[in-house]
Amino acid sequence: MSRTQTSPAASLTFAASFFAEAFMPAHPSWRVSVDGLACRRGLRPVFENLEFSLESGQALALYGANGSGKTSLLRQLAELLPVETGNIATLPIAPMAPMGSMSSMRLMRHYLGHADGLKAALTINETLKFEAAMRDNQADLSGPPLPDLLPDLLSALGLAGRSDQAVGDLSAGQRRRLSLAALVLAPRPLWLLDEPLTALDTDGVALIETLAQAHLAAGGLIIAASHQPLAFATKELDMTHASGGNAS
Amino acid sequence: MMRLFSAICRQHILLAWRGGHSGLAVAFLFIGVTLMPFGLGPELKTLRALAPGLLWVVLVIALMTSLDRLFQADFEDGSLDRLMLAPLPLELAVLAKLFGHYIALVVPLLLSVPLAGVLLNIAPDRLGALMLAMSVGSPALVLLGGIGAGLAVSVRRGGLLTVLLSLPFYVPVMIFGTAASRAAFDGSEADWARLGVLALISLASLCFAPIAIAAALRAALR
Repeated sequence: MSRTQTSPAASLTFAASFFAEAFMPAHPSWRVSVDGLACRRGLRPVFENLEFSLESGQALALYGANGSGKTSLLRQLAELLPVETGNIATLPIAPMAPMGSMSSMRLMRHYLGHADGLKAALTINETLKFEAAMRDNQADLSGPPLPDLLPDLLSALGLAGRSDQAVGDLSAGQRRRLSLAALVLAPRPLWLLDEPLTALDTDGVALIETLAQAHLAAGGLIIAASHQPLAFATKELDMTHASGGNAS
Repeated sequence: MMRLFSAICRQHILLAWRGGHSGLAVAFLFIGVTLMPFGLGPELKTLRALAPGLLWVVLVIALMTSLDRLFQADFEDGSLDRLMLAPLPLELAVLAKLFGHYIALVVPLLLSVPLAGVLLNIAPDRLGALMLAMSVGSPALVLLGGIGAGLAVSVRRGGLLTVLLSLPFYVPVMIFGTAASRAAFDGSEADWARLGVLALISLASLCFAPIAIAAALRAALR
């Protein structure tokens, strides 16, 4: 069934080769540019006049004080928050999604927020099967067949042999690792990660590092908010300067 | 797309089952029905006359207790964010959850109605009309209740608000539902006109409720 790990280093080597080979389809080149973007929550301006652009293979790290709008920016990029002022442009335009009510852009991004959306009552196996269903063969870019890869995915995530364990019994760090599975199960070029390092041990941090490097090497883009330095970041943006009246 | 639809539906059923929500709703139905004779007196004739209405009321209340579980948990744990970014229009994702809710909660409730009817002195051969009316009307109960649940999703402990918002939507279903059931208890033929109206309400809410709920959920995430 699933592989047992000998040492953290060995498992990370396995994870690296696994993510690079099995799950990362090459993305065509993408570009995300943000221009004059502003965000308000209620009447309070969170940030104003934000500007950056990102190309395939690049990762942007968002730093900044609490309340400087990192999460709001990520949610705007995910189209979970409306953009009132400014512009977010993505090139090339993603293919139209089936049925017009949905934004064509949605299918090109992953958003991993503070709340991981994992259900405590489900087992890891059930969770992964559900995540796998999130991949739409028609609209997503590409990807391998899934069920036979799940045990390997679990050991790459450091959760080998736990497929029947309930998600509610996992530690915070293990939950975080499991939530990373969503990133690989449905390949999408743009990853929006909110505090990806929270609750992870050094091994887990290295795991994210591996995952991110494989994604970037395949031509993906990453925008991540963090309070710790992110080693995979090729660009940085300090939100504190862009924020309005509330910067501390 | 269908794969995701059935995955969402299956997940909802699984969670309702494991969370004990299905069992709770059925228990609620039986508790209500069991307590009725104590409140109304053990007169068999009275009970039989009141039974269709009582069963409808108990069914609706049992269903209402489960409404805040439709979207509340998903809103709080971030699943709703994920559904917004899923390769499936939110309207269809909502419909999948409502469908799952129907299977996980309403079907067990409907299956326990015959047994509950025995407690209220309803002869099994009279049950057909009641079951027919409930089967035709119950989709509307879930769909319209979903509108209340969607509107109240961002309110912490929004259960009470959900129930209050759904109440006016439930009135027409109750009126036509009990009327259709009662006519059959009088020994007359099945009341096709009222059943037709009930079916109309269900079909209309099948068309409009997912759109309304999706709009409410989108607004709640802002």
